Amino acid sequence: MKNPVIGVYVCHCGSNIGSVVNVPEVVEFAKGLPNVAVAREHKYMCSDPGQDVIKKDIKELGLNRVVVASCSPLMHEHTFRKACESAGLNPYYFQMANIREQVSWVTTDKVRATEKAKVVLVGAVNRVVEHDPLFVKSVPVTPATLVIGGGVAGIEAALQVAASHTQVHLVEKEPSLGGHMARFDKTFPTLDCAACILTPKMVQANTNPFIKVHAYSEVIEVSGYVGNFTVKIRHKASYVNNDKCTGCGVCITKCPERGIPAEFESGLGNRPVYVAPDAPQHGKKPKDTFGKRPAIYTPFAQAVPNKPVIDRDNCRYYTTGKCRVCEKMCEPGAIDFDQKDWIEEIQVGNIIVATGMKTFDPTPMKNLGYGRIPDVYTGLEFERICHSSGPTEGQILTWKKESPKAIAIVHCVGSRDDKHHRHCSRVCCMYSLKYAHLIKEKLHNCEVYEFYIDMRCFGKGYEEFYSRLLQEDVRFVRGRVAEVSDWGIYPEEKGRLVVRVEDTLAAQVRRIPVDMVILSTALEPAENADHLKHTLHMSCSSDLFYLERHPKLAPVSTATDGIYIAGACQGPKDIPDSVAQAGAAAAQAIGMIKRGVVEIEPTTAHIEESMCTGCQICIPLCPYTAIRRNEEKRIAYIEGALCKGCGTCVGACPSGAAQQWGFDDRQIYREIEGVLAAK
Amino acid sequence: MNTYTYYPGCSMSATGKAYAESLETVAKVLDIRLAELDDWNCCGATAYFSVRETLSHAISARNLALAEAQGPGRDVVAACSACYLGLNKTNKYLKEFPELRKRVDSALDAGGLKYDGSLEVRHILEVVVKDVGLEKVAALTTRKLEGLKVASYAGCQMVRPYGFDDSECPVLLDNLVRAVGATPVPFAMAARCCGGSQMMTNEDAALRMTKNILLCAQDAGADVIITTCPLCQMNLDAFQAKVNHAFGTSFNIPILFFTQLLGLAFQVKPLGIERGVAKPGPALARFIS
Amino acid sequence: MEPFEPRVVAFLCNWCSYTGADLAGTSRKKYPTNLLPIRVMCSGRVDPEFILKAFREGADGVIILGCHPGDCHYINGNHKTLGRFPILKKLVQQFGIHPDRLRLEWVSASEGDRYAVVVAEMTEQVRKLGPLRWNTRIKETVAASAAGGE
Repeated sequence: MKNPVIGVYVCHCGSNIGSVVNVPEVVEFAKGLPNVAVAREHKYMCSDPGQDVIKKDIKELGLNRVVVASCSPLMHEHTFRKACESAGLNPYYFQMANIREQVSWVTTDKVRATEKAKVVLVGAVNRVVEHDPLFVKSVPVTPATLVIGGGVAGIEAALQVAASHTQVHLVEKEPSLGGHMARFDKTFPTLDCAACILTPKMVQANTNPFIKVHAYSEVIEVSGYVGNFTVKIRHKASYVNNDKCTGCGVCITKCPERGIPAEFESGLGNRPVYVAPDAPQHGKKPKDTFGKRPAIYTPFAQAVPNKPVIDRDNCRYYTTGKCRVCEKMCEPGAIDFDQKDWIEEIQVGNIIVATGMKTFDPTPMKNLGYGRIPDVYTGLEFERICHSSGPTEGQILTWKKESPKAIAIVHCVGSRDDKHHRHCSRVCCMYSLKYAHLIKEKLHNCEVYEFYIDMRCFGKGYEEFYSRLLQEDVRFVRGRVAEVSDWGIYPEEKGRLVVRVEDTLAAQVRRIPVDMVILSTALEPAENADHLKHTLHMSCSSDLFYLERHPKLAPVSTATDGIYIAGACQGPKDIPDSVAQAGAAAAQAIGMIKRGVVEIEPTTAHIEESMCTGCQICIPLCPYTAIRRNEEKRIAYIEGALCKGCGTCVGACPSGAAQQWGFDDRQIYREIEGVLAAK
Repeated sequence: MNTYTYYPGCSMSATGKAYAESLETVAKVLDIRLAELDDWNCCGATAYFSVRETLSHAISARNLALAEAQGPGRDVVAACSACYLGLNKTNKYLKEFPELRKRVDSALDAGGLKYDGSLEVRHILEVVVKDVGLEKVAALTTRKLEGLKVASYAGCQMVRPYGFDDSECPVLLDNLVRAVGATPVPFAMAARCCGGSQMMTNEDAALRMTKNILLCAQDAGADVIITTCPLCQMNLDAFQAKVNHAFGTSFNIPILFFTQLLGLAFQVKPLGIERGVAKPGPALARFIS
Repeated sequence: MEPFEPRVVAFLCNWCSYTGADLAGTSRKKYPTNLLPIRVMCSGRVDPEFILKAFREGADGVIILGCHPGDCHYINGNHKTLGRFPILKKLVQQFGIHPDRLRLEWVSASEGDRYAVVVAEMTEQVRKLGPLRWNTRIKETVAASAAGGE
């Protein structure tokens, strides 16, 4: 090995580092460190002039090692490695000392900060001496993309990727594409009919030759790495042979079981049916089909694909052993009671996660009466009440099937609430305004109250929509609702619901009698988000939505290369933002497919043959089964392509035979010695 | 037989005498032993906590210190919701706030006492519902209170903030009512303040609160309101006439302690029902023989 | 004499804890400077030798920080660390090091606040235990036993 000639560069990062750490002092200190040929400071090391300093020194001073003390390596390690490379130095002869995120930003005392910066720097200078030249490997990319989630974000991502004429697998857990948007009546602020703009996209996705729609399916296992993932998809048994089914729907109309609360109608089907006290008693209970579905069903009329599924838990044949009416009625003979779940394995290069969200269940907020008082609805339930294909055919009716005279819309239910979710759900203000408008459109004389904390109308055309609603005779009351009660004190409250609220603008507690209450519930991560997080080894932020690589600069990437997130699975999001993210994620996938190869970090593990004793401790430790045993030599070896570079085998190897490029024992030892060198 | 350290508090020997009598009677049937805390003092409840915080915790802690010495490991049980809350609050604060703990410890020390924080403070209702259990209550019922419509009034202090029941929609009392064969009525005011602590300082406001509770029970068709607290009972019962006078209403709703209701179902005496101001109507009178 | 400032070597996994530590910085959380971070790709990479090496070089404490169980970027590297940890605790004890000088914590990428709290806690924990001076002590012990043997 040539004698190390190290250049040290300390960054001010404007005032981010320089205002806390005494940069000139650190530079002077660095000059005195062994092997350091040059130490310099710069206002912005990451800027072009900053990088040029490094390049120039490599060429002119013959540097063979570079250390930059600046921000986190997660931020700019790549930048500086590229700079070294362009000056002809192997990029792995570079080491970064993090003196911003882990020193200047977290320390108040300037002397202490400067001392710590020096310590961290010594660690880096010590370590870089032991660095080896490493070479990035390129592997081909499988030109197919997996999109998980068939809501508007997933559909958009699939269509965009398919537009590049590469294969897309679109996996949806429900029997139909569409997600939450398919349930909506209108969309804010333009009042576009949701179905009119969504269903064409659903059909396009289903008919696109480059998109394979896997409905009623779930991703159960993902292995491999960027560019080369192997994915196992479980197709849930629908008991309908999709090749034979014509989608005529006779089975659905003939199914004798009709009382199952429909998932698609949100919670509407869970309410008991209202029986007027003076209704004539005919012995037989009135048939209750409100918000209900049969046991063989498609979620909604425009379902794509239009193939029914049998809900095994509620099907009479499976619960009682008798029935099979659908089978008798099905002319093409598509019903197949013997169908089983089956698993398909596919190869993809990229994965776009667009699993969306679910809405908060307000039942625990007892003061709001949801679940106890039938006329308290969630936003999604009201969406179905408003919808012309919903159980009331778009008529706004109370539980007793009367036209409401006053409706309360309660904002921030479960959002901005320390007891539930601290985050703002972003869409509730706007959909609440939309409801107010729809109510006013359908029931001119109905009074509408919006109970809000703050109005957050931030998007394009949103504030204008709010202004419009202010003109539409909607009552805006600033205050958090304390209680919704079904018992009234005053005569005008009798038989109605009473909203008790502190009107913080009028500075008084008010009691407002209404006939219907809509709770604008928070958005929270989807039901199986946590499960999928583990399947894909993603991270979550503190609100439990998926964590993006960088909140501003890499909002659709995740910590894992080749896995992207789009839509509300990353955080509460409206339709325009979800669609935009889906496009961004698709662009990333297409970019990689177009490139054709991915570069694999060379920081993998390897085994020094001469030192391996063949003890096999490492073999079961590897989560990727990358370590095998060479029976002939009676030692272990590592399959480079499978190794992802965690180093667990290296940490466990008793003889030191297993090592990790870029993180080997020598390097870490020197770093430990470095950070502890000062007395 | 479960034994508990019983903290009666001041109301039980005055306005809550009927509570004390019925509790004693019913406890025998339920097979629970309430060992009264010897030399107990005021729980420090109501305004004291807001006026002299350390002192109020100190006198409350004195009771806990005595309880720890007299019945180590036994739960401290209070029947009055205010006592329950006061003792429970001190017990929790001492664990949570080391500074307060230091001050209280030195106060106890001056009186030759110490408290390790080993005890749990519980309300008698919780003991009946959770330790004895609803099945046992149902089994001990010798006369089902069939047809009796009961408004279960939990009040504010028992369920907030350390409630063992839902603080907005309490259900335990209703379950107990069902266990003895009576019918709970929907009662929106179940966990609202009775106005108790304001009756002396802001009578108008307090009477209005009392009125709303009575009105809600009347609207629901209740024959009786049951309570778990001597303060609530006194407010709702003794001030009914004043409410009627102030609002032109004509309430006559008997206010019983839940222990009295249990006593009626177990057919045991004495229960002190005759001590109530509002006299039982026919629906309730059937069961008082 | 200057007050004792403990030096704690911290091994941070790249995906959760190092990112969490960066987040503490981005959120401008303040914490003591006593923790000396060393980045590894996974807490599973932390060789028991690293810990002894750190103590030998003068560390007063060592902390390993990884992803929460179940959240490991490499499926289950942190489980391996968790499995090793009780043995490591015993090991350092046998070397005459107080077990509280070695700690294992989980800090996720979103737990910047928690990282700051853990740093402060660990610093105080080690401060209470006082300077370790392990290397010096070993030399002294060896010298003493050599002297005794003569």
